[in-house]
Amino acid sequence: MEGMSIIVKKVTQLLCGIIFLYGIYIISHGHLTPGGGFAGGAIIAGSFILLILAFGSDALNLKKEVIESSITESIAILIVILIALAGFFFGIKVFFANYLPRGIVGELISAGAIPLYNIFIGLEVASAILTIFLALVIFKEESQT
Amino acid sequence: MTVFLLCFILFLVGLYGVFTRRNLIKIVISLSIMEFSIFLMLILIGYIDNGIAPIVTPGDLNPIYVDPLPQAMVLTAIVIGLATTSMLMAIAIRLYRKYKTFDIREIKSLRG
Amino acid sequence: MEQSISIILIFMIVGAVYALHAKDLLSAVIACGIVGYGLVICFLLLKAPDLAIVQIVVETITLIIMVAVVLDSTRHELAVQVDTQGIINQIISFILIAGMFYFFYVSIQSLDVFGAHTVRMANAYIEGAAEKTGSANLVTGVIFDFRGYDTLGEAVILYTAALGVMTLLRIQGKK
Repeated sequence: MEGMSIIVKKVTQLLCGIIFLYGIYIISHGHLTPGGGFAGGAIIAGSFILLILAFGSDALNLKKEVIESSITESIAILIVILIALAGFFFGIKVFFANYLPRGIVGELISAGAIPLYNIFIGLEVASAILTIFLALVIFKEESQT
Repeated sequence: MTVFLLCFILFLVGLYGVFTRRNLIKIVISLSIMEFSIFLMLILIGYIDNGIAPIVTPGDLNPIYVDPLPQAMVLTAIVIGLATTSMLMAIAIRLYRKYKTFDIREIKSLRG
Repeated sequence: MEQSISIILIFMIVGAVYALHAKDLLSAVIACGIVGYGLVICFLLLKAPDLAIVQIVVETITLIIMVAVVLDSTRHELAVQVDTQGIINQIISFILIAGMFYFFYVSIQSLDVFGAHTVRMANAYIEGAAEKTGSANLVTGVIFDFRGYDTLGEAVILYTAALGVMTLLRIQGKK
C-alpha cells in the first residue's frame, strides 16, 4: 500500500517519536500515576501503526517472511513467566509473589517486582497488537490459486 | 436506577443485532456493542458518591476511594475484547475471499 | 452525575441503533466508534483514568482494523428482502428482549442506589493496600499483586489471538 500526502508524512516524522516516549513514560510510572503495562503497550503499538500507515508498507520495505514482532512477543511473555518463577530463588514458595523490597510508597523505585512486570507486559502487549495489525491490514493472505 | 436500565437497553440493542442481522460485519459490531455495555455496567456498580480516583497521594486525610476491584477486571476485559474482535475479523476476511459475500444466508446455502 | 451519564448513554444508544440499520457498511463501522468513544467519557466521569487511557487507544486500533477490512472487500449491503424466516426471527427476538428487560427490572430492585457502596468486600483490598503492595496506584497493585493470575491469563489470551490471526490468514514464515 502506498503512503499518504506530504503533510501527513511531515507531521508523522515530528510526532511518532514523542508518542513512543509518552508510551514509555506511562509504562515506567505505572505504579505511581494512572496507566500501567496495558495502556503504555497500546500507546507504543499506536505509534508504530501511525508510522506504517503514513509512509506505506512499500516505502518501509515490509516483507512477509520475517515478522520480528512475533519473536518479540514470545520472548516478552517468556520473561514474564521467568520473573514470576524467580521467586523460588528468594525462598518464597508461592508463584507470582512480590518478592523484591517494597521501598517507600511514591518513589520511582518501589513496589517490589511490579515495575518489572509493567515493563515486560507492556512490551508483550505492544508486540501482540502490532502483529495483529500487520497480519490483518498489511499482509493479507495471498490470492487464491 | 435509570442508569442501570439504560445500560441494559444498550446490551439489548446489541443482542437484537446478533439475532436479526444478516451481514457478518454487523454481527461483529453488535457483539462489540454488547461488550461495551457490560464494561459500563461493572464500573457503574463500583462507583461511590464523592469518591476520588484510586491513587494514593500523600497528604490526603481519610479519602473515599472508588472501588478499584471492578476497574482491574474491566482493564483485563478491554484487551480481551480487542483480541476477540480481531479474530472475528480474520474469520470474516477468509469467508469473503472464499464466498465473495458477507451475507450469512447465502453462505449457508452455497455449501462449497 | 447521573444526569450526565444518562445523556451520554442516550447518545450511545442512538449511535448503536443507527449502526445496526445503516445501509453502508463504512457508516456502520464509524457509528460503532460513537459507542466506544462515549464510553471513554463515561469512564472519566466515573473516576477511572486507567480504563479511559486503555479504552481510547484500543478503540482507535479496532476502528482502524475494521475500516481496513470493510474498505478492502465491499461497502455495499444487499437490499433487505422480507421473507418468513426474517419475520419469525424478529418476532422471537422482540419477545425475548421484552422478557429479559422485565426480569432485569425486577432484579435490580434489590441493588443499592447508584453511588452507594455496593461491593462490600472491597474494603479488604483497599485498607493497607498501599503498604502491602508498595504501589501508589491501587489498580496496578490489585492487578499485579493480588490478582496476578488474571493478568497472566490475559497476556496469554492476547498472545494466542496474535498466533490465531496469523494462522487463520496463513502468513508463512521463512521457508
